[in-house]
Amino acid sequence: MRRTVLRLEHLYKAFGALPVADGVNLTVLAGETHAIIGPNGAGKTSLINQICGALLPDAGRITFDGRDVTQLSTAARAQLGLARSFQITQVLARFTALENVALAVQARSGSSFRFWRPADAEAPLNRIASRCLATVGLAARADTLAGVLSHGEKRRLEIALALAQAPKLLLLDEPMAGAGSEETQALVATLKALKRRHTMLLIEHDMAAVFALADRISVLVAGRIIASGKPRAVRANRAVRAAYLGEAP
Amino acid sequence: MAKAPRAIPDAPARANRALSFDQRMATALFALLAVLPAASHAAAGGYLLLLGERAMIFAIAALSLELLIGAGGLVSFGHAAFVGVGAYAAGIAASHGHGDVMTALPAALAASALLALATGAIAVRTQGVYFIMITLAFGQMAYFIATSLAPYGGDDGLSWPTRSLVLGTRILKNETVFFYLCLALLIASYLGISRLVASRFGRVLRGLMDNATRMEAIGFAPYRYRLTAYVIAGAIGGLAGFLLGNQAEFVSPAYMHWQRSGELIMMVLLGGTGTRYGPMFGALAFLVLEETLSRVTVNWKIMLGPLLVATVLYAKGGIAGAIDAWRQRPQPPVAAVARRRPTRVLAAAGRGLLASAGRLAGRWRSRFRFAGPRTVAAAWGAVKIACGCRLARLAPLAGRGTRIAGARRWWR
Repeated sequence: MRRTVLRLEHLYKAFGALPVADGVNLTVLAGETHAIIGPNGAGKTSLINQICGALLPDAGRITFDGRDVTQLSTAARAQLGLARSFQITQVLARFTALENVALAVQARSGSSFRFWRPADAEAPLNRIASRCLATVGLAARADTLAGVLSHGEKRRLEIALALAQAPKLLLLDEPMAGAGSEETQALVATLKALKRRHTMLLIEHDMAAVFALADRISVLVAGRIIASGKPRAVRANRAVRAAYLGEAP
Repeated sequence: MAKAPRAIPDAPARANRALSFDQRMATALFALLAVLPAASHAAAGGYLLLLGERAMIFAIAALSLELLIGAGGLVSFGHAAFVGVGAYAAGIAASHGHGDVMTALPAALAASALLALATGAIAVRTQGVYFIMITLAFGQMAYFIATSLAPYGGDDGLSWPTRSLVLGTRILKNETVFFYLCLALLIASYLGISRLVASRFGRVLRGLMDNATRMEAIGFAPYRYRLTAYVIAGAIGGLAGFLLGNQAEFVSPAYMHWQRSGELIMMVLLGGTGTRYGPMFGALAFLVLEETLSRVTVNWKIMLGPLLVATVLYAKGGIAGAIDAWRQRPQPPVAAVARRRPTRVLAAAGRGLLASAGRLAGRWRSRFRFAGPRTVAAAWGAVKIACGCRLARLAPLAGRGTRIAGARRWWR
């Protein structure tokens, strides 16, 4: 039996009268790539936000790596090894790509209350950061300001940032959003390589990407998980076809 | 695609240079200030000395405020309170017979840092306009507390028995000595804040200003970093207050009034945020403007106001921004310059040769860098073409293919 990295228990969250998480139960096992799919407005991003701490659930429990993290801040969860990418890219626009990643490395290597030595000159940080950039294919753009990177490159930088945190779980919120078909293919290849070493929770609309990457899929509709299992089983599930793929049952 | 933002002064490419542009500008300013006492005695009978002291004191305050605004994104509208509290702490210590630098200065720093810790603990939880309003409120609270300090002069302010003593001597009474003390502390503040902004801590602070969401996602909780920055800036503000009180041998609640806080913000904006030399030039420019305009008319603020508005509107990034824009102006091709101003190309060629001589010498490299890499490259182009060298080898030096092509046409 594999270790459970993330466990959501009876998670409930509502915005006014609209429930976005209606008793969600979910487990992510070590080493697996778990995908969450669902139509627009199903509550996927809200779920990610609750897992990483940007939103507090109204009820329920989140256990990460054996610890109850339900009340912890985003930063504290990140320190525990929960890394995320954003649906709308969030990079440090006025920093170079390398500095972006070096900051993520800095977050987990020693105190940041150091006031004298120039951070740019810390070779160990830059070395790890360069490696992360190389992993996602951004090595050539290391000295470019993140703000002027192309959209696809920013998506890659997001992944490099998450990798730099040495994460126990990667939360990827629509990593392909807005990427062209070639970029998507390249990203899928990158993620496939990462999948061997990392546990991932993936939210994605691109079904081809989901079926190429996921070991297990959960289907979220109106705040409820209506099906969960192997890709083939989910694809065949009648309720899923009805709710998600728009077919008559 | 997003427009390319202005190059940040702390880009890693510059880290290895002998002196960054910021440092060179600051060094020039410090050198100018260092010779001011001599000039002042010769020309203006000591008046320039006092103006210089004030400029340096406010430069220290502006530097500390720029740390909050330019590196932390925290527009503090109550920064004068730290200056005032520093002056009061040192003045009160002096009035009780503890007028030595060794007690008065730590008292000033500690009082300002404590005030910053107490008010910052609440203020840095907020952002944007709320932060501005809450710091303004705390600043005014400090102001009104000072006005009600009856034992220490209340509204009328507190006269110091004397300037701070150094090892029991009244050496600071000597205006030249005091001037150089201000200069030394300004240089120390500049170096300290420059190091801090480039350090791990400073990088986190700048990152939080850039994108707090991202910083939290990689594990940085904003609060501790912002509060620490606020306390450091407050303490350096207290240092400025210590000097300001010493200069006048007096402190009054007016030091803390919100108008003073506004003037400090103006100095920072006038000088330009995101640089360290900017706020120092801003403080200097502000005081010189105040000084000259107030001679023309008592209503000098009528003229100062529009001038500042114009700066914000037309010279984005203040003095530093204007200098930056000028440095990054498009360079005319060597050929065009050569046609109109042959002497300039010759001069550039000379500088280029000088620079290469310096490079060959290995040491004192920085001394020959004043020509700027572009000029040197252009000059190299001219020299090499003049020597009839192979053009292809110039491309990496000049970095601009078009310029070489233009030069080639002209030289033929």
